[in-house]
Amino acid sequence: MAREYETVIGLEVHVELATKTKIFCGCSTEFGGEPNTHTCPVCTGMPGSLPVLNKQVVEYAMAVGLAANCQIHQKCKFDRKNYFYPDNPQNYQISQLYLPICHDGWVEIETEDGKKKVGIHEIHMEEDAGKLIHDDWEDCSLVDYNRSGVPLIEIVSEPDMRSAQEVIAYLDKLRTIIQYLGASDCKLQEGSMRADVNLSVREKGSDTFGTRTEMKNLNSFKAIARAIEGERERQIDLLEDGQAVVQETRRWDDNKECSYPMRSKEDAQDYRYFPDPDLVPVIISDEWIADIKSRQPELRTEKLERYKKEFDIPQYDAEILTSSKKLADIFEASAAICQKPKKVSNWLMGEALRLLKEHNQEPEDLNFSPENLAKLIQLADEGTINNKVAKEVFEKIYSENIDPKQYVEEHGLKSVSDEGALRSVIEEIVAANPQSVEDYKGGKKKAIGFLVGQTMKAMKGKADPGAVNKILQEVLEK
Amino acid sequence: MANIISDETIEYVGILSKLELSDQEKEQAKKDMGRMLDYIDMLNELDTSQVEPMSHVFPVHNVFREDVVVNQDQRDEILVNAPEQKDGQFQVPKTVE
Ligand SMILES: [Zn+2]
Repeated sequence: MAREYETVIGLEVHVELATKTKIFCGCSTEFGGEPNTHTCPVCTGMPGSLPVLNKQVVEYAMAVGLAANCQIHQKCKFDRKNYFYPDNPQNYQISQLYLPICHDGWVEIETEDGKKKVGIHEIHMEEDAGKLIHDDWEDCSLVDYNRSGVPLIEIVSEPDMRSAQEVIAYLDKLRTIIQYLGASDCKLQEGSMRADVNLSVREKGSDTFGTRTEMKNLNSFKAIARAIEGERERQIDLLEDGQAVVQETRRWDDNKECSYPMRSKEDAQDYRYFPDPDLVPVIISDEWIADIKSRQPELRTEKLERYKKEFDIPQYDAEILTSSKKLADIFEASAAICQKPKKVSNWLMGEALRLLKEHNQEPEDLNFSPENLAKLIQLADEGTINNKVAKEVFEKIYSENIDPKQYVEEHGLKSVSDEGALRSVIEEIVAANPQSVEDYKGGKKKAIGFLVGQTMKAMKGKADPGAVNKILQEVLEK
Repeated sequence: MANIISDETIEYVGILSKLELSDQEKEQAKKDMGRMLDYIDMLNELDTSQVEPMSHVFPVHNVFREDVVVNQDQRDEILVNAPEQKDGQFQVPKTVE
């Protein structure tokens, strides 16, 4: 008889914080600098250099912890995690083992199966490592320490998830919370959010955990879902075969859709953690916590509630708009300027999302000013431009953030609303197309579509279709 | 000496600390480590259940930096410390096969 299995999943999520400088030195965290131009003796592990903690890192970590219903360790400290690898110039990573800043929290997720709480075991602060490039020609590796010392928080969940859907919902929840707080942009593809998946399987109904493996190198929601399915199958096959699952770290290859064990011969997993004597403890007062709490921005759940009350837009639209901080920000700012929330929502839900999809981008990549969208809505509303032109102008706003008013002016895109001019064009079209006129008069009302099309063409798309229709009918009924 | 360090342990510690010890050095290290553990055992005789673990030798806490970039590009000076360099980067033995 086939046994039924349950998947048990816990996540370790690393998030790169949006600070301007590194966690322990005044080097820039900016992306894309030439190799090693954002380095100093501290982040390259030079003997005698001293790390000094970036206060903003503590505040971001606290903000995320409080938003995830965590307790704060009001006395926390840093520990050294020892390992030898060239991406880590000190031969230890500064992290937190014994007293992580946040612990025992939860977030609520929603899937087809309903709502559920996922426990947060802890959140700790640590530093990122450098980047290794392997030189195939010279048989050596090259190290760039620009990322070394960039602040991270690691969010460790409880093993509370049971499916890929729950994992995606959990990650999405974390991402939204963190983006709303402004603590990180959480881009999986660019590595500012990374997830390691701990997975085991057990027979349904069992209350002990199976042996788990840890999977790394997952850089999209799709890869995570595939990796979970793949690893679940692999472990079940082993068990069905009478073999044991080995506790190990595996690397997911999303192209081959399979995972393989990472080399572990020499890296004895013995990190010999001990308190970092270079860093003094962090004492977090009640006042400091209260201050962070008072500065927490409106989070998604609250925003969604407010939208329902404040704006006359469908629930679904409100959910999509609030799913990204960026979308919500543009929506609110634009609506405040033009006072037409429904129209703003329609543009964002329609054209903006369509273009994002077309360009394979995320809402966080939107890069136009809300003023320009508001202006466009104004132009379309007063009939200065017609719908078709408005869509073209929106594409320009989307890609180049142009000022629509100026753009319409410069490119002569204004609708022709001068009735006299329009009427004479229509009269010419009618005269030139006797067959269509006859069809129309003979009862084929559809024939008017052809004449509208011809008129729009003659007007180079700048006529107001409503006016064209009206005048055409008048001329035809004469 | 109450603590006897086995050959396996000294081998393992050698791997962790990236040390290659001669047989003679290994014997000496086994003795030294045994004595260290004896000393720790002695400390463990004290009842410290009511004592908060010390996290730092100085009574100082909350030493912070503001989040302001103060370091400029100093790549050339930094790379002077590299055992070998190439294309503005630290060159190290190949890390993958
Ligand atoms: Zn630095």
